Amino acid sequence: MHARINLAEQPARPPRGGNAAAGARTLIAAREFSVFYGSKAAVDKASLDIPAGFVTAIIGPSGCGKSTFLRAINRMNDLIPGCSATGGLSLDGQEIYAPEVDVVALRKMIGMVFQKPNPFPKSIFDNVAFGPRIHGTGDRSSLGEIVERSLRRAALWDEVKDRLGDNALGLSGGQQQRLCIARAIAVNPRILLMDEPASALDPRSTARIEDLIGELRGDYTIVIVTHNMQQAARVSDMTAYFYEGRLIEFGDTGEVFTKPKEKHTEDYITGRFG
Amino acid sequence: MDPGSRKTFDRSFTAVGYFSIALMAAALVVLLMPIFAKGSGAFVFRGTVENRRLMLEKFGRGDRAAIEAEKAAAAAARAPVYEAIARFEAALDTADAEDRRGYRSDFREVRELVAELLGPAPGRQTPVLIRDQYGQTRWDRASVVLHRILYVEDYDYSDATKMGVKVATPRVERFRGTALEPLFGVLERDARAMLRPRTTFYWRFLFDQSFDAHIFGGIWPELLGTFYLAVGAMLFAVPLGIVAAIYLAEYAGESAFVSMLRTCISSLAGVPSIVFGLFGLAFFINTLRVSPSKSVLAGSLTLALLILPTVIRASEEAIKSVPVAYKEAAMSLGASRWRSIVTVILPAALPGVLTSVIISMGRAAGETAPIIFTAAVSVGKPLAIWQTLSQPTPALPWNIYNLATEHEAVDEIRHVQYGMVLTLVVLVLLLNLAAIVLRARVSKKLRG
Repeated sequence: MHARINLAEQPARPPRGGNAAAGARTLIAAREFSVFYGSKAAVDKASLDIPAGFVTAIIGPSGCGKSTFLRAINRMNDLIPGCSATGGLSLDGQEIYAPEVDVVALRKMIGMVFQKPNPFPKSIFDNVAFGPRIHGTGDRSSLGEIVERSLRRAALWDEVKDRLGDNALGLSGGQQQRLCIARAIAVNPRILLMDEPASALDPRSTARIEDLIGELRGDYTIVIVTHNMQQAARVSDMTAYFYEGRLIEFGDTGEVFTKPKEKHTEDYITGRFG
Repeated sequence: MDPGSRKTFDRSFTAVGYFSIALMAAALVVLLMPIFAKGSGAFVFRGTVENRRLMLEKFGRGDRAAIEAEKAAAAAARAPVYEAIARFEAALDTADAEDRRGYRSDFREVRELVAELLGPAPGRQTPVLIRDQYGQTRWDRASVVLHRILYVEDYDYSDATKMGVKVATPRVERFRGTALEPLFGVLERDARAMLRPRTTFYWRFLFDQSFDAHIFGGIWPELLGTFYLAVGAMLFAVPLGIVAAIYLAEYAGESAFVSMLRTCISSLAGVPSIVFGLFGLAFFINTLRVSPSKSVLAGSLTLALLILPTVIRASEEAIKSVPVAYKEAAMSLGASRWRSIVTVILPAALPGVLTSVIISMGRAAGETAPIIFTAAVSVGKPLAIWQTLSQPTPALPWNIYNLATEHEAVDEIRHVQYGMVLTLVVLVLLLNLAAIVLRARVSKKLRG
């Protein structure tokens, strides 16, 4: 069932900066984790701990394996023929790639937002209600409640409350992306994976999405892949830098951006390449 | 390529494009105009009093009193004809044997032609065949018969270097000076009064049974049979085709076996329809014995096989053209593969699937060859639903062929044949139109 979130009693947001995230409980742990397309390693023996309740950004140039790593967490890579994974990737100590894992239950726990807003060609209501419906919530009134709560949480409610029956494709790009976020959180996930969620949006919509990420921080563990380094610096607590499939550096965002340990990271961040 | 010749090239290519479109449009007009012009003759024509009598007696339609009055008026106009015949017959009785022999066959011909034009002579026993119980019901046909009464047509072969030349000589010459002579003048002058042609709008042509193998009446059994066959074919082909398309698009992957399967399906779409017909006979009727002989069921199954490849390929393309993003979104929310297909992919593919289904239905309605051996008969009653399991039916495409080639009185029922052609063409056009409208509406709904 979907636990009701009382907005008034939200836990205090974890503090930003000051290495707070580095000491937090680990939710997702990768150990020598690799993903192969055929025989080519897209992610090459990455090891990192993603802390619960914080925002972790994954940055790196195109083709560095950051999206592949993200899509490994909810096993979306399973859809790609010839894709395989080795090493350890665990969620709360449970191996994600273990054969007994129920992928449906796993994905229910992990919401995902894609690069291009991809609402279904259905009404706004049906989009948000899609997840709860397939997980067995049938009656209209509790669906309505979930839809309203999710849309409020995604800061979209006021804009669409009078036209929930309209086709979602009639919304603007930024609204569509927030709808996708509402759709993802409607199934009450613990983790939100965001694959360059603002790269297809204009600056204003991007700012709203970034604000929203700040709002959701604390309630969800967020892993965001981004091309935009300013964005990573603005929204994230932890940053992982991937290059050609390998994890080059992982640490507190402030540290990675101000005094990176690796020369390579510094070159990338300062715009020498990428 | 320099800019000048590029421009010329572009222009000439555009011109060729316009030309071919214009040619197609012209071909369509040339094709459809006669179909509509001739086919409308089955619905709108100059109906005679015989037609109104037929409608009253066979279908109970029309104002009985008015028709009786009209019959009386027509009978009054016809009286001189029958009087002339009676006087000539009486004169013949007293004529010498040679005269009697000489006139006998010519006179019999006249009497038969008059009966064909006006119906059975008054006071005679009602004939057994329905076609003999009425005169000409349509004025266009009546004019033809009238011409045959007034003129004897023969071929002149006297010039051996030429083909026979058709010569029409007035029949009255044969009877000059006899009591029958006035008959021809009276007929020529008063034929309208005898038959009272009037513009008739016969929309019930679509929904009337036919009498005497389409000599009278409408095409309801054919229309209903076509409907049963097309809908039956859809009942088998659509679920099967969509499931197969889902399998090919979503589950099959890309193995050698699957690509062979695709090639087979595509080739199946190109197999001549008569082969499907023979296969249907051999497989469904002779081997599976779905019915003792031809039946709507066997025909529907055969038609389903015929359209299945089209439905599969078109639906597969429609499903494949659904953005992967939809599937990813559904699966990231924890939908199983099947669930995401049913709730997201199929609805998004619906416009394409529907179009293929409706166009296939038009094809099934119009196919002749597959039903020749499996379902079609030339004459039959409209079937009830349960009878479709075991009984054959007349159907528009087959009966068009049948009326055009095998009917005993092809010339007399041309209008029925053209009416069937028009009905079938309009039916298929309507189905295609429905496909376009439905597609537009569903994709509009999907686009938001």
